[in-house]
This record gives sequence, C-alpha cells and structure tokens, in this order.
Amino acid sequence: MNLLVCVKRVPLTGGKIALTEDERAISTKHLGFTISPHEECGAEEAVRIVEQHGGESVVLTLGPPEAEEQLRDMMAIGIDRAIHLVTDGSEWDPQATAGAIVAAVRADGTQPDLILFGNESADAGNYQVPIRVAYALGLPCVTGVKAISVADGGGAVRCEQEVPGGSRDVYLVPLPAVVTVKEGLNLPRYPSVPGRLRAKRKPVAASMPARLQPRLEMVRLALPPGSGKQVQVLGHGSEAAPAVVDILAELGLV
Amino acid sequence: MGVLVFIEGAGDELSQQAVAFARRLLAGDGDLTAVSVSDGIPYAPAAWAQAIVEQVRSLGPTAVLAPGSDRGNELLAHVAAILDLPLAAGCTAVTPCDPPTVTRVRWGGSLLEEARVHGSPLLLTVAPHAVAAAPLDAEPVVLRPELDRAIAVSERVQAVTAGVSLADAQVVVSGGRGVGSAGGFAVIEELAGLLGGAVGCSRAVTSAGWRPHSDQVGQTGTKVSPDIYIACGISGATQHMAGCKGAKKLLAINPDGEASIFASADYGVIGDLHEVVPAISAQVRKARGA
Repeated sequence: MNLLVCVKRVPLTGGKIALTEDERAISTKHLGFTISPHEECGAEEAVRIVEQHGGESVVLTLGPPEAEEQLRDMMAIGIDRAIHLVTDGSEWDPQATAGAIVAAVRADGTQPDLILFGNESADAGNYQVPIRVAYALGLPCVTGVKAISVADGGGAVRCEQEVPGGSRDVYLVPLPAVVTVKEGLNLPRYPSVPGRLRAKRKPVAASMPARLQPRLEMVRLALPPGSGKQVQVLGHGSEAAPAVVDILAELGLV
Repeated sequence: MGVLVFIEGAGDELSQQAVAFARRLLAGDGDLTAVSVSDGIPYAPAAWAQAIVEQVRSLGPTAVLAPGSDRGNELLAHVAAILDLPLAAGCTAVTPCDPPTVTRVRWGGSLLEEARVHGSPLLLTVAPHAVAAAPLDAEPVVLRPELDRAIAVSERVQAVTAGVSLADAQVVVSGGRGVGSAGGFAVIEELAGLLGGAVGCSRAVTSAGWRPHSDQVGQTGTKVSPDIYIACGISGATQHMAGCKGAKKLLAINPDGEASIFASADYGVIGDLHEVVPAISAQVRKARGA
C-alpha cells in the first residue's frame, strides 16, 4: 500500500503566546517547532501500515524552507521520502493549500492508496483542507479517526470515529481514500539515532508552488482577553490542605 | 438577507448556540431557516452535505451556519468543497460588511484571528460557547439525504463505561509531568475517588505512556467543564489550557510559583503535589469524620 501523510510545521507554544509587531504571526524568537499531535499519529500509522502490508510512505508539507526539519523528523521514524512545497512563510488559506497538495499528488509518480491528515491543524484549525483535497481528487473522506485497520484484502480501511459520549462510529471506506486522524490513534515512537542518520539521506522533492489570493484572508491576530483571574494563593506545601478543603466544602464536595 | 442554520438532531446545546449566532447576524432583518436531517438516516457526511447544498441552491441564503462540533465542521467543509467557497470555522463574531469580516479561534481558543471572507454565501461554523444558546422558535426543515453509495456509518461500537466520564465529571483531578511516573498517579486517583471525580492528565503524561490518551485533557484530548479542576504538577501550556478553560474553578498545585498555570488559576498551592495531594485527601477524610 502507498501512503501519503500531510503535516504542518507549527511553533511549540508553551505557556504564553506573544505576537509579532505586525500582529500577523506568533513571535517565534524563543520557540522550537513541531507538527500537530494528530499529524504525529498520522505519520506513525503510515509507518505501521507499510511495516505490516508493504509499500511506501511519503510525507508532504507546505511551508517555509525550515519545515524540512519536520520532514526529516518524520523520515527519522520511518517515512520513506518527502515532498516539500516551499513557501516564503506567509499564510496560505485552506483553498490554496488544498490546491497545492492536489497538484503535488497528481504530479508525483506514485498514486497514494491512502492519504492521511490530522483532523485539524494545531494553529489555524480550519477543519477543511483534507475534505477539499478529497473532493478535488474524487476520493471518499472520513474524519476524526481513532482506529484504522486494513480490510477487504487491502481494498478498504475500517475506520473508527469517536463520537460525543465515547462511543465509536465505524466506517468501511474503499481505497483510495482520504482519512483524517486524531491523537490517541496510536502512541508515536521516538526517532532512534540510526533512524535520524538514515533520514538525512532520504530524498526530499522540493518545489515552489505559486500562492493564490486567499479567499479566507487573515487580517490580524489578537490575544483573547485575559481570564481576569487573580490567583488566590492558599498556602505552601501540605499546610495548605485545610484551606483547600474549605474551598471544596464551599462547592459541596466535602 | 436570509440565514440557513444546520441543526444536529433535535437541536443540542451547540446547535442552539448556532441559532443564537444566526439571529445576531440577521439583527431582526431577514429569515432564519433551520435544517436538520431526519432521524434514523445514518450519518453520511458527503450525502448529508449534498442535501444541505440543495437547500442552499433553492433558498439562496446570504449565510450558511453550523455548530462548531465535529459534525458541524465536517459538513460545512463538504458544503464549501462542493460550492468552491471559503469557510471560516470556529467563529466567535461576524461583521456583515463587504466582504464580511469574522473573528475566529486558533490554537484551540488561545489566539483569535480576524479574517475577511471572499465569497457568497458566507459559510461559517460557530465556536463552542462563543454565544449563549437560544431555543429554536420554529420547526426545522427536515432533510432526507439519498445515501446511494455514499460512505456512511455502518455500525456503532458502544463505549465501555467505567467510573465517571472525564467529559461530564463535576470534579477533575489532573496530573502533569510533575507526577513523575505512572505509579505516581496513585495519589491523584485517591483524591479523585474521594471527591467522586475523574482523573485527567496532560499531554506530557500520555506521551510518556503513564496514562491512556482517553485521560488526556487538552486541545488534542478531551475538553472538560467541571465545577473544579485540580491541576497537579501541570505547567499550563496552551495545549493543555485549551482543554480545561471550561472549568468553573481551577486550583493549581505546583512547586514553581512562576508556572504559567497560576495565571489561569482561581486558587493556588505552591508545593510538591506528592506532599500536598495526600495532605488534601487526609484533610477531606478528617472533615468527613472518617
């Protein structure tokens, strides 16, 4: 089976977000970078499916030159090769992003049987790029999947989607297909040292697609109004326990 | 001016919030049409979206809204793909100028974005809890999508329920990296048990394999809204706070008085959770006279 997994480079935000002066991006001077937890699970699943069923796994990103770091990270856990759609780092809206991915899939020599995405990106959270890609390629799409198994002798995948309350809806999806996944699908492995060394030699096909005018046009970012909370320190160490229990009693818990 | 709103089922909380948002957008000028899918028709996103698109084509609304739920976001993304229109997901506000400007959430609500939407009708989903719910005052138009060969839910695997569900718990006692090990959660479990609550954890904990992902509270885990959230040894990364900001009260227990969690907390205890949490459990027992 041939798998394609799409990922997005995003800053590791930590506890506090600060914006750049033009209010169009997060200030990343002191931040590292990663991909969404959902996408990490997507890459892990692609590697596992190829380990079990054979074939090839490919990782794709649309992002600045530095996003090669994330492609190498994914190749370090076992993805075979990468496609890098290089941007100048400016924001691409979901329609333009989907269009560039579709063009890249069509241009690649190998047609994927299964295209995996995270359910939504960690930063923009637009919830739509995978669905747009599926429509453009004429493929079925299932979202928010927390378990995938290959079925029908490799002709389909059985997908479980969590619904409110914790039950799971099951879909049987004929391949080729687009599936979006959520964290919890698996526990991604850490890259090994030999894996990192191998990743350095794996191929990255880079190209620079033209950016279309955004139809969802980001104007500026803003921090939400603060919680306005002023923390009441109840004490230090175990001496604070009676004050904590007073609070719990006020809530009717004790 | 007319607005079409997709309603889930009989109109749950998030659907009623979408109705309230639509009323605000209309400002008393124009029709609100609610649509829902007939009971008993299996969920089939492409087929359901096609039925919504047919309503859009026949009614010609200026805006189409859905709740910012999994299904609401998914269905409007299908509608947007079919109609080749932009979609603004997770909106908290909209200014109906030309082009319309929306405010939407990013990073699970840790950041807001102002965006112009170039396309008509305006497609958007409403961020959960951006507005108070409003009941529907008329019967929705009931759609009966043709499933044909569309991908549909084929079966439902029921949840195995054990103890208090994290999403619905009135009390959540949650542990982070500061717990130190899987075994360290014994003190968290003890306090949660005493208070009739659920155990939660941060992403650092599930990544370390100390707890299952079903216990994870956060942007990519469960969103909780208890009466009190007790965060033990959790630093307060945006990833985590996106999952617990719905708590009515937040008590943080952390040895680092500068930890960012204290900026979002109502109450704080500065100290090692391995001393503080057992002391609280002992005090609860004492107060109950046990």
